[in-house]
Amino acid sequence: MAINQTMTAELFFQQVPYILPEITLAAGALIIMLIGAFMGDKGARLVTWLCVATMLAAGAMAVLHMPPEQVVVFSGSYAADGFSAYAKLIIALTASSALLLSIDFLAEKKLDKPEFPVLALLATLGMFIMVSAHDLIALYVGVEMQSLALYVLAAYARDDAKSSEAGLKYFVLGALSSGLLLYGCSLVYGFTGSVNFDVIAAQVAGERSIGVVFGLVFILCGLAFKMSAAPFHMWTPDVYEGSPTVSTAFFASAPKVAASVLFARVCFEAFGPLQKDWLGIVIIMAVLSMAIGALFALQQTNVKRLLAYSSIANMGYALVAIACGPEFGPKALLVFVSIYAITSVGLFGVVLSLRNAEGERVETISALSGLSRSNPLLASALTMLLFSVMGIPPLAGFFGKWEVILATSASGLLPMAIVLILASVVSAFYYLRIIKTVWFDEPRIAMVPVGASTTLTLTGATFVLAALTLVIGLVGSAASIAGAGFH
Amino acid sequence: MIAVAAFYILSAIAIASAFMVVVARNPVHSVLFLILTFFTSAGLFVLLGAEFLAMLLIVVYVGAVAVLFLFVVMMLDIDFAELKAGFFTYLPFGGLIALILFGQFVMVGGAWIEKSVSAEAIAAPTPAAAAVTNAEAIGRILYTDYIFLFQSAGIILFIAMVGAIALTLRHRDGIRRQNVTAQVGRTRAGGVEMTDPKPGEGVVL
Repeated sequence: MAINQTMTAELFFQQVPYILPEITLAAGALIIMLIGAFMGDKGARLVTWLCVATMLAAGAMAVLHMPPEQVVVFSGSYAADGFSAYAKLIIALTASSALLLSIDFLAEKKLDKPEFPVLALLATLGMFIMVSAHDLIALYVGVEMQSLALYVLAAYARDDAKSSEAGLKYFVLGALSSGLLLYGCSLVYGFTGSVNFDVIAAQVAGERSIGVVFGLVFILCGLAFKMSAAPFHMWTPDVYEGSPTVSTAFFASAPKVAASVLFARVCFEAFGPLQKDWLGIVIIMAVLSMAIGALFALQQTNVKRLLAYSSIANMGYALVAIACGPEFGPKALLVFVSIYAITSVGLFGVVLSLRNAEGERVETISALSGLSRSNPLLASALTMLLFSVMGIPPLAGFFGKWEVILATSASGLLPMAIVLILASVVSAFYYLRIIKTVWFDEPRIAMVPVGASTTLTLTGATFVLAALTLVIGLVGSAASIAGAGFH
Repeated sequence: MIAVAAFYILSAIAIASAFMVVVARNPVHSVLFLILTFFTSAGLFVLLGAEFLAMLLIVVYVGAVAVLFLFVVMMLDIDFAELKAGFFTYLPFGGLIALILFGQFVMVGGAWIEKSVSAEAIAAPTPAAAAVTNAEAIGRILYTDYIFLFQSAGIILFIAMVGAIALTLRHRDGIRRQNVTAQVGRTRAGGVEMTDPKPGEGVVL
């Protein structure tokens, strides 16, 4: 559908089916908020389950309504294609499992209010708009919708100084990055005369003006902030550590998928002809993220901070996939980030289950000693997830990295593959240290059993990972179909 | 003729009241002058044919922002002597910034008069400007072509509202709320106690 077609009622109703996932999320959020308002705090559990159901329904709808070819609707601001449908499914799955993890945790901390799941649902709506963004306004609106909800989730434990600090830090740095993003958008609009990705691509293919490159740099910096890629990663460890752990579990999974997919879409669709210009930026960010993620994690004693650096390193791997260009990048990116996001939810499920004999939650690595004796099931799940994120075959994480390495070799970026492998080897050290602490160190504290929904999610994530190992070919082919739209 | 007269009167009031915003000693007067400035500016917008901007200025700035300012200013505990104390300390620096701003205006104005700003840029293109009022034109685009983004922006405002409430609203226990039923149902027997104290002894409450 053409961009400058005047909207009529007929056209409007033709286009509505493409945004059904978003409509489901938005209408769901409004209705569920009303239910929450009438039931009060005692409705929190029901509201959480309703939000989970809405997310899953929207994810399923995105896949079921996937058009065979890319369709651009609503005056060029929204793209429905395989790439976004796949990303939406993964976002819905990981966001809903992170939300399931929250039930026991929030109830225990007396934070079980209906606002938490509703804000998570609205953040998911923002992520859906991000991955489908086809012009700069939709990009900004999506990013801002997601970020605003996440700031509140970070500060959700409002009586806890650390949580408030995390929320404030996230908000201030997030606002700064939004400023960068907007500045870049305005430059690009000024120099190309359009906010639409297709028109921008056509313009920059004609003549390459330095102003557009300036705008491109600012947009990529703003997006790198959102996906916490180095050198814009500073907020990540503090926010991950300070936020309530359930919020951290949410941050570390679905938003990473959305941000990296949006990053790829901006590079491939809007600035495809400027590949020479963004390739250098993406490579530098990728190498820095991998190095900082691997090296700084070595000295962390807090599990949440460690996982924050781990997510920085993993975003570095995702950037390697983006650097491989529109032909080989999308498939590798989708396979990698989906496996990473699922593993990440699983890891936070384990962190949420750790408690000492007094029933207090623990977050330090040394507190994990002897977990294998007090809770062998949890210890096994943790070990498997860590082996997966390390990239040990035959676990799913291996195939994620394998896809990225294949893409680098296909696109002639082999040095990046070497950096990726080196970073993986360094990061294997601290993952292995956790495994050693769990299985071989003398127990210092006793662990108590964990809540039902946490166990459910944890078992689910581990099971999905195990299943992914078996059906990895299926994920790969789904992702390659999804990523095929760019060449 | 009326338009010209209106322009000069409105401009004069706008400039005078803007000046008073800065120099008024009482912050409440400052805010009231600010409202007057907004009103006269809205009038100037109408003269320019931008009635939508004029409406926005009155609805948003006068209706919401300025009234909010007024509330905030009235809640402040203002020490007027202290307010005046810093005036001469900041005068040189503030004056410098004012000079720079003035210089910029002179340069822009010079360029405009000299016609080095292109004629097309001055006659900013708005589609079919003659045919519709600009409230209609903006409304048409906002509610048709950009309906998706417009609704999404609405959701963002909703998030801001839910978030602000989630982070700040506290249901405190032990607050004394008015209970009308209890007030009305109160009888003389429950509320009044007759005592007969002896002189110098007082009563035990």
